[in-house]
Amino acid sequence: MLRKLLIGTALASGFAFAAHAEDVKEVQMLHWWTSGGEAAALNVLKEDLSKEGFAWKDVPVAGGGGDAAMTALKAMVAAGNYPTASQMLGYTVLDYAAAGVMGDLTETAKKEGWDKSVPAALQKFSVYDGKWVAAPVNVHSVNWLWINKAVMDKIGGTEPKTFDDFVALLDKAKAAGVIPLALGGQNWQEATMFDSVVLSTGGPEFYKKAFNDLDEESLKSDTMKKSFDNLAKLVTFVDPNFSGRDWNLATAMVIKGDALVQVMGDWAKGEFNAAKKTPGTDFLCYRFPGTDGSVIYNSDMFGMFNVPDDRKAAQVALATATLSKSFQSAFNVVKGSVPARTDVPDTDFDACGKKGMADLKAANDGGTLFGSLAQGYGAPPAVANAYKDVVSKFVHGQIKTSDEAVTELVKAIDDAK
Amino acid sequence: MSTVAETKIKLTPEHNARPGASVRSRLQDALPKIVLAPSFAATVIFVYGFILWTIYLSFTNSKTFPSYAITGPRAYQRLWRWTFESDPPSSWYTSITNMGIFGFLYIFICLALGLFLAILLDQKIRGEGVLRPIYLYPMALSFIVTGVAWKWFLDPGLGLEQTLHQWGWTSFHFDWIKNKDFVIYTVVIAGVWQASGFIMAMFLAGLRGIDGEIMKAAQIDGATTFQLYRRIVIPLLRPVFLSAFIVLAHLAIKSYDLVVALTSGGPGGSAWLPSNFMYEFTFKRNEMAVGSASAVIMLMTITAIIVPYLYSELRERPR
Repeated sequence: MLRKLLIGTALASGFAFAAHAEDVKEVQMLHWWTSGGEAAALNVLKEDLSKEGFAWKDVPVAGGGGDAAMTALKAMVAAGNYPTASQMLGYTVLDYAAAGVMGDLTETAKKEGWDKSVPAALQKFSVYDGKWVAAPVNVHSVNWLWINKAVMDKIGGTEPKTFDDFVALLDKAKAAGVIPLALGGQNWQEATMFDSVVLSTGGPEFYKKAFNDLDEESLKSDTMKKSFDNLAKLVTFVDPNFSGRDWNLATAMVIKGDALVQVMGDWAKGEFNAAKKTPGTDFLCYRFPGTDGSVIYNSDMFGMFNVPDDRKAAQVALATATLSKSFQSAFNVVKGSVPARTDVPDTDFDACGKKGMADLKAANDGGTLFGSLAQGYGAPPAVANAYKDVVSKFVHGQIKTSDEAVTELVKAIDDAK
Repeated sequence: MSTVAETKIKLTPEHNARPGASVRSRLQDALPKIVLAPSFAATVIFVYGFILWTIYLSFTNSKTFPSYAITGPRAYQRLWRWTFESDPPSSWYTSITNMGIFGFLYIFICLALGLFLAILLDQKIRGEGVLRPIYLYPMALSFIVTGVAWKWFLDPGLGLEQTLHQWGWTSFHFDWIKNKDFVIYTVVIAGVWQASGFIMAMFLAGLRGIDGEIMKAAQIDGATTFQLYRRIVIPLLRPVFLSAFIVLAHLAIKSYDLVVALTSGGPGGSAWLPSNFMYEFTFKRNEMAVGSASAVIMLMTITAIIVPYLYSELRERPR
């Protein structure tokens, strides 16, 4: 009660100057979707809302990226100046919910039937303490291969089904004089690839135990060592100039045919789309070899803050529009991801999108939908970043053997817990 | 009645004159204090207040948000342990060793190069007015611009190496920016490029302030040019060294954006400086206590270097 009162006071003071009647019809949104495809995708939502009479106001963020936005959000929340909603990732939502600053959308959720349509694994992050605090916008999955079809045809490759197949395919590419694997040497990209390697090497059960439950036995097991060895094998196929490269430049290497394949989340498809490439004829999307049937996901969410009553209507409208089937379809077709509810028709999606949606549904039903540790859906940020450190140090040679890598991983995760 | 009125009228000018003058002079006395008060208050709160707050936070177990229950020096214990983890290097170990390498080379090369350029420019050469701004200009760029420009220039696939390969020198190899052991030296290169012109300008101003008579006297006594600079000019430039050192030291310690723009942290985080460590831990990893502790250690390091230096320099001057 006292807490509510305090929050109320903070809110009242924070918005004393902004509490005009006109503000009720306005959605204040903090996000970092500013680049071409993303901004276009978000425009769909803006239009949907303006049809219902709600104006859209971006909360300006200096610096652009997600980190800057999160820093800005922290400052806004500390000052009691909540936006209507903010783009958020995984554990951040839960952190803010634990701090008691998130709103409650349970009523809307009931009315719209989110409980049934949103995958249970996602609800772990959008529902806190029985209350809906965030609206998931999409589901990305990271265990994908993106392959240039022309290069694939030239070297006579076929879809790799196992990790050994994959290595053989990369060898073929190397022999043919193309860069086999396009990788950006930034820690999150390396760790994102390693997520897939672990799932492929150890199987779904192992992935869940090690990277979602952080079970120490699994983390220091021989399977984990083998995963690091497999990662080391993959790293031998990258070009010498990979360190520090941005992910979209690595994708561009595949698009241009300089490289055969990239292991990356499905946001890479947005780059192919932007380059006017068609799945099936120009590029191929396969699941990372040995991970078919499982999906490692991350998801963009709109965290809904505990705004004063006169702004609740706008918030509910935003949440409803975000999870409406029409927006979920329209947005995700542009963004490259798949809808955050499993009952959206796949008619507008391309071949890769259709496969992604079917895989998500199957993984959700079969219990093989896992949060990506690299993307902050496997464990809280402190652990996820400690993990990225270890993987990156292994890739770049500060950590020299897989034995050492496993020891470091256990230690780093222990430290961060 | 009228007498009263008269006395009043008579009294007013005298009475008004004195308190009026004293209010004005009092106001004049107080004016500097009044004008300084807001900035003084701002400094006290936003610099010293937040230093104390950071020290306080470093003893809590703050994660994403500040928490106010003191839980002891756990953050410092972790940093202390990380200080000795050199193989494989912990992020903190990398940060502080990089700070040592970067700080020493950056300050030393900037001072040496700045002095050298200033001495050359001071030879009454033609076109000095053109040359001086050319060297000085990099200082007008932000670290981000410097970082991005050098990132492209040093990238083996885009910049220097690629260009020389195209010109036919195919054995040329320069990939420091991609190499975990050398990436910190590229930060030194970019930093020196940016700041040495400014240091040159400082030394040039110092050189111009040296009395020509002393130089002439020394020349008449048969001093060589080298002796002249070694024994007379450089010792006379001591206050400039102090200013330049302080400018460079604080630039070195707060270098954050240069590392981010130039290397985005380097391969496996090998280009981190303590400021990168602080930001990463406080804002990205939600380990606010550890971040605060690292900030406190940075502050203590700066204090340990700057205070004795300032003390010895400023004490000697009145003599």
